[in-house]
Amino acid sequence: MTAQPEHPILTLEGIVKVFGGLTALYKPDCSIPAGTIRSIIGPNGAGKTTLFNIITGVLPPTTGAVSFKGRRIERLKPHTIARQGISRTFQTVELFTNMTVLENVMLGRHPRSRCSMLASGLRLPNSRKEEARIESKARDILKFIGLAPKFDQPAGGLPLGEQKILEIGRALATEPELICLDEPAAGLNETETHVASSLIRAIRERGITVLLVEHDMRVVMNISDEIMVLNHGQKIAEGPPEEIRDDPKVIEAYLGDEDRHA
Amino acid sequence: MDDISLAGQLFQYVITGITVGSIYAMVALGFSIIYNVTEIINFAQGEFVMLGGMVMVAFQMSMGLPLLLAFPTTVAAVTGIGILMDRLAIRPIRRPTVMTLIIATIAASILIKGAAMIVWGKDPLDLPAFSGRNPIHLFGAVIQPQYFWVIGFMLLTVIGLTFFFNRTIIGKAMSACAANPDAASLVGINVKWMILLAFALSAAIGAVAGIVVTPVALMEYDRGAMLAVKAFGAAILGGLGSFPGAILGGLIMGIIESLGAGLISSGYKDAFALIVLLAVLFFKPSGILGNIEISKIKRF
Amino acid sequence: MLRIGKLPIAILAGVIIMFPWVARHVTLIEHYTDIMVFAGIYSLITIGLSLLMGYAGQISLGHAAFFGIGAYSSAILTARFGMNPWGCMLIGALLAAVMALLIGTPSLKLKGHYLAMATLAFGIIVFIVFNEETEWTGGPDGMSGIPGLALAGLALDTVEKYYYLVWTIVLGVFIFTCNIIQSRSGRALRAIHVSEAAASAMGVNVARFKVMVFIYSAMLASLAGSLYAHYLNFINPSTFDLFFAIKLLIMISLGGTHSIWGAIIGALLVAFLSFEWLHFFEEFEILVYGAVLLLITIFLPEGLAGLPKIVHGWFRK
Repeated sequence: MTAQPEHPILTLEGIVKVFGGLTALYKPDCSIPAGTIRSIIGPNGAGKTTLFNIITGVLPPTTGAVSFKGRRIERLKPHTIARQGISRTFQTVELFTNMTVLENVMLGRHPRSRCSMLASGLRLPNSRKEEARIESKARDILKFIGLAPKFDQPAGGLPLGEQKILEIGRALATEPELICLDEPAAGLNETETHVASSLIRAIRERGITVLLVEHDMRVVMNISDEIMVLNHGQKIAEGPPEEIRDDPKVIEAYLGDEDRHA
Repeated sequence: MDDISLAGQLFQYVITGITVGSIYAMVALGFSIIYNVTEIINFAQGEFVMLGGMVMVAFQMSMGLPLLLAFPTTVAAVTGIGILMDRLAIRPIRRPTVMTLIIATIAASILIKGAAMIVWGKDPLDLPAFSGRNPIHLFGAVIQPQYFWVIGFMLLTVIGLTFFFNRTIIGKAMSACAANPDAASLVGINVKWMILLAFALSAAIGAVAGIVVTPVALMEYDRGAMLAVKAFGAAILGGLGSFPGAILGGLIMGIIESLGAGLISSGYKDAFALIVLLAVLFFKPSGILGNIEISKIKRF
Repeated sequence: MLRIGKLPIAILAGVIIMFPWVARHVTLIEHYTDIMVFAGIYSLITIGLSLLMGYAGQISLGHAAFFGIGAYSSAILTARFGMNPWGCMLIGALLAAVMALLIGTPSLKLKGHYLAMATLAFGIIVFIVFNEETEWTGGPDGMSGIPGLALAGLALDTVEKYYYLVWTIVLGVFIFTCNIIQSRSGRALRAIHVSEAAASAMGVNVARFKVMVFIYSAMLASLAGSLYAHYLNFINPSTFDLFFAIKLLIMISLGGTHSIWGAIIGALLVAFLSFEWLHFFEEFEILVYGAVLLLITIFLPEGLAGLPKIVHGWFRK
């Protein structure tokens, strides 16, 4: 897939985030081309999830700008950003455990469907058609991610690997142009990790840009088009996997972390 | 002459407000203690005050015990009820969610209220004042000596609690529980006992408040709920979980209510405290002395 | 998939239609039809609360206030100004909607205990207003002379006729609410209950949904209040006090917060407790309610509507 640096889908400029006395992020500027897989790595506490939270509107930056498809989004609310085309998964799986697998994905269709409460309450024909459309699209996504046979099971009952896949499926249902995956491989075994990696590649094949926070280096090295390394909230390296692997600053950031734990 | 009487009136309202506020402060302290250790808001907090007054009537009036004996006996009895509440209403809950705990404490409060109604009936009951009812004239205001007992016991409670939490081992253990229950249990602190202790302590404080305020305001079986809501407002106003906050919030709440009732409308007396509660919740839920980051992290 | 069966609803409809006929022929339960009117009125409130508390997970302890707003709006506008009762019902519901919007928007930003306290404070303030504004409401002595209702010329002046009115409305509202639960909006509400963060990341405007459900439940409570006023032809503030707010909580908990059937079950049980079973033990009323609520919370947290699941679980073992 050829990257198009002249038309970045997401840019971060001058983002600074301060919590009380702690500077969590300091200008990790970057520009992400559409249709690529960009990984963000770094030792624990480097600010990766904070960055995700700022991009998806959960947190406002102290200063700085986030631009999505040319539009400034850093002050928008999460649900508006979802409508604009950015979706995400969470570090600790946040599935709707009170609903089935299918219902979770159907909820993902929310920003791409319309039905007022009044129309739903009266079961007007339009609302029934919309509901059928929602269900049909959701079933397509379940097929795509390979969970179709389990559509009627309670979401909380799935093994962790499938829960993570389901969460990705739910995010895909929103028809995003950019999807932010927060540690999709965390807690997964070898097989499950392989399934997740394949899914992420398949997502890129569909033309969706993927932003990935991940600790599993094999996954990162295998599937990323480009990697950004954060440490203490700052960008210390950026480039394709081969460069990052040999970058002394990156090695020091991780080893330095290990030294402290030794 | 008119200037003096207006100043006198204002002083009267303020003194009454400080007295009532002391009661709110004590109940707010009870809220904060339980909240700090368990993150539960105990809707039954006001019932301990009610019980303090009613049980004291039983011991002092019906059974004729002298004040010095009836007082601690009442506190002990109500503390026992507080412990029962923890055992029967809180601990048995298998999956404690926010809603379940709220409903459990509400259930306990109506249970206690219902029992009180059966035992003591609906009429308000009175207690003799500790040092008589000869009013003291001060700056144009007429002050009941019992007011000073109320304020005095509030101060005593604060001093006692500060000493307890800062100087005694058990107190420090409770503070540890409040900060981090998992770490606390890892170092050998029995969290369940600490919760029990929190309920016991709050019940005791509530009982003291009930005993000292009944000679001033009488006591009846259903006083608890309104008291709890207003004292909660006081606790939030000062900053939930903070002891100085509970005192500050209580006194401010009492004074606002007293001034409102006196200067604006006595029929709407109860509404003033409630409006303050809503204002705090809407605009600054962390309260005056509360920490906004901490209030965001707290589970509820 | 959450599917609320059509068969149970049909059965409910059947029972509702048959009940007064049965009651008329069994002397012992002749007066039950009257109690059922109250049960129906309570159901309107609990259906809304079930959606709010059970499906969306937002606590309200202040719905007695909306019940009262409906009752007093209808009472004042019909008894004092002679306006058409049906129009007044609508006005009451709109007034309740506005108040719900005003109090709900800041309150629903709060969570758990804070939300409970905010709604509780609101409820008490409204109650105090009912008590104090004697010129409008008649104060603690209440208001009498509230006219009854008539539908297309037919006066609804018997218990049975009023029963059918109330329960027809309940059935309609029940079906309407079931439809919402099984729709896109219902999913959004259920999502909000479990994870507001995930819901908003999936495009759900959480704040707006919460307020909308709050307004819906407030309007239903107001409608119930209006029906109540026109039935008894007399209201007074004590009906809308803190204790009634707690009775509503008991209805919801007893019936079951996680199922809309719980709303009807709870309303029925508390209505019969209040008017029939505890009638001779008024002293014990409060105590019994407290005990029931506590026992439910500890032993049957999903209420009576959760029993089928528990029994099903026994059989599987």
